Amino acid sequence: MNPDILILAQETAHPSRFAEMVVEGLSLGTIYALLAVGFVIIFKATQVINFAHGALATMGAFLVASAATIIDVPGRWMPSAPDWLVWALSVLIAVIAMAGIGMLLERVFLRPMVGEELFAVAIVTLGLDIFLRNYTNDWIGPQPRPLGDPFGAEVVDLGWVSIAQTEIAQIVVALVAVGAIALFFQSRMGIAMRATAFDQEAARAQGISVGRVFSISWAIGAVLAAIAGIFISLFPRRAAGVDNTTAFFAFKAFPAIIIGGLDSVVGAIVGGLLVGFSEAAAGTYLTGVSFLGTGFAGIVPYLLMLLVLIVRPYGIFGTEEIRRV
Amino acid sequence: MLYSSYEADQALMNTGPKKVILTLFLLFLAFIPLQMVEGIPDLIPGFDFLGNNDWLKLLSTACIFAIGALGLNVLTGLAGQVSLGHAFFMGLGAYTAAWLGAAPGPLAGIGLPMWIWLPAAGVVAAIVGVAVGPTAVRVRGLYLAFVTLGLVFVGEYIFRNWSTLTGGSQSGRTFPDFELRLWKEETPLVDFANDGTWFGVALSGEAKTYYLLVFLLVVFVLLAKNLQRTRAGRAFQSIRDRDIAAEIMGVNEFKYKLTAFGISSFYAGVAGALLASFVGRTIPERWDLFLSVQFIAIVLIGGAGVVTGTLLGSVFVITLPRIVQDFTGWLTEYVTEGNGVFVWLADLLVVTGEGDFGLINVQQGIGSGLSVSILNQVLYGLLIIGFLIFEPLGLYGIWLRIRNYWKGWPFTY
Repeated sequence: MNPDILILAQETAHPSRFAEMVVEGLSLGTIYALLAVGFVIIFKATQVINFAHGALATMGAFLVASAATIIDVPGRWMPSAPDWLVWALSVLIAVIAMAGIGMLLERVFLRPMVGEELFAVAIVTLGLDIFLRNYTNDWIGPQPRPLGDPFGAEVVDLGWVSIAQTEIAQIVVALVAVGAIALFFQSRMGIAMRATAFDQEAARAQGISVGRVFSISWAIGAVLAAIAGIFISLFPRRAAGVDNTTAFFAFKAFPAIIIGGLDSVVGAIVGGLLVGFSEAAAGTYLTGVSFLGTGFAGIVPYLLMLLVLIVRPYGIFGTEEIRRV
Repeated sequence: MLYSSYEADQALMNTGPKKVILTLFLLFLAFIPLQMVEGIPDLIPGFDFLGNNDWLKLLSTACIFAIGALGLNVLTGLAGQVSLGHAFFMGLGAYTAAWLGAAPGPLAGIGLPMWIWLPAAGVVAAIVGVAVGPTAVRVRGLYLAFVTLGLVFVGEYIFRNWSTLTGGSQSGRTFPDFELRLWKEETPLVDFANDGTWFGVALSGEAKTYYLLVFLLVVFVLLAKNLQRTRAGRAFQSIRDRDIAAEIMGVNEFKYKLTAFGISSFYAGVAGALLASFVGRTIPERWDLFLSVQFIAIVLIGGAGVVTGTLLGSVFVITLPRIVQDFTGWLTEYVTEGNGVFVWLADLLVVTGEGDFGLINVQQGIGSGLSVSILNQVLYGLLIIGFLIFEPLGLYGIWLRIRNYWKGWPFTY
């Protein structure tokens, strides 16, 4: 046997490669899961397929970059505050702004489409995606905009594998976000949202303000997308900051959603992690395989989606649509 | 409108004025390039600019996009299936054409004539469309949009990596010219790409390409129009309106959805081959999601399910960037040279110099505002949204309303 291949095989089989893959998968998976959960919440509560989710992620990251570096909002008022506090406030400003933008978009562009065909509404969000993505990308410009975060490229060494500080932060934030959403579904508003998801008219008849549920769900979706967008634009993914490829990165959340099933929050999390791990595995173990060419890891999520759909047309956790004449 | 027979009701040209107007319109289309020829007067003053080579190119592009959009219209407008995968099938058609039609060289090509590579581009795309169809038919509604979305990304990856055929992302490849040969002889029978003389009239290459594409468009419009009147066309519409009800009435849903996929892919393949040959050197990234979205925009802005609407939509979407560009250019000139209150209002729209505020920016890197290309994209997005919210029938719906107004005049009903 060719000794080069042996060395390659030994390197590939080394446990540190596997550990790296797990970290990478977890890191990618949580980003996709954050995007997917927001998407599914919007879909369940308002029956809108939101193609503009990637654009929302880009907007969120760009708002952080604006607040923290371009306009430097918190730093101007508190020149002596520590870096992390200034940045945390910038993120807070961006997140609140994104919640408002989410509500505004719903009110202006999607409220008039209530009751229309799902597909027509989906195309409206496709138009919204073109509009928002290009508008935001034009603001960002040709150069990436740094987010001004205090993490930098610091890594924590865990023996076989090193994990970036941002990745730890990201996993913690994702866990907190999922926990918060689980708690939210127990609250009064959360119950109203679940009722609306079940049957909009019946919920309205029970005195639930369906319009407010729509607003809140868009706010949640936009905030989750913004958080994902921020982590896409930090060190291990895009060290230089938010640029015009952020929206395309976020596109890979769509296979995650479909794999999990369009209307399942649990499915969104599972799908996100599955997509993240499969992409990381392909990136780790299949990069050197010559006949696959370049960029194979990037389409693994889509291939996985096609496979899952052949076996289960409604995703792993999605409810089968009952068809009546 | 009352008809005395079924044939009269189903006729393509069901009224007299339609025949007259259509004939006049076709004559007008044929006359556009002739206006540039020495010794031929302008037919309609004010429209002679259409005969310029760059406008002829725009109109040719619109013809190609109309052919592709007619295919998507069969799938989305008639059969009611959403597809984001149109760009993938166009790419398939383009590379089939390249393989069969391009001269042998470093990249794959066997130099067959156009009458082989153009239909073959459609057929290969249709075969692949029918092959992936079963997956697409099994999933329904919005899941289908995502399957076809995946198809675009997978296709782009394949095109990028198959560099012996596609030339790869760096350089791309050239495609066969529009030339009609019987077989591989030296001089083509009819050359559509270069300047030359037809029937004693000196025509530019652009004008000849334009004639070829208008002719192809007319052929494909007739095919699409006729499809609506066939058994298959009616089956598509019944599936769109209520799939289960259609199945109960005896429409084989699986078969007709596959057929719709095949037909739509055929149109896409032909349009892809034409577009690649028309543009020239093309990289694999040309066949991306945005191209698919452009076709969806054409079908929706024009009016889903209506052939006339698709044609209107193509012309609108393709000429919009040019119109926006010309308009901003005119506006900038107006603002810098004129004066008065309207200038002040127009100044809010364009950026004319350092530090000026405006919505549109024609100069790069000065002041705020959107560049013209970004503005076009933003307009696409807003137009799709606007038409879906306010006029779901699209441009065709607006035309219907105008027509009915005059038909009923002086009554409003």
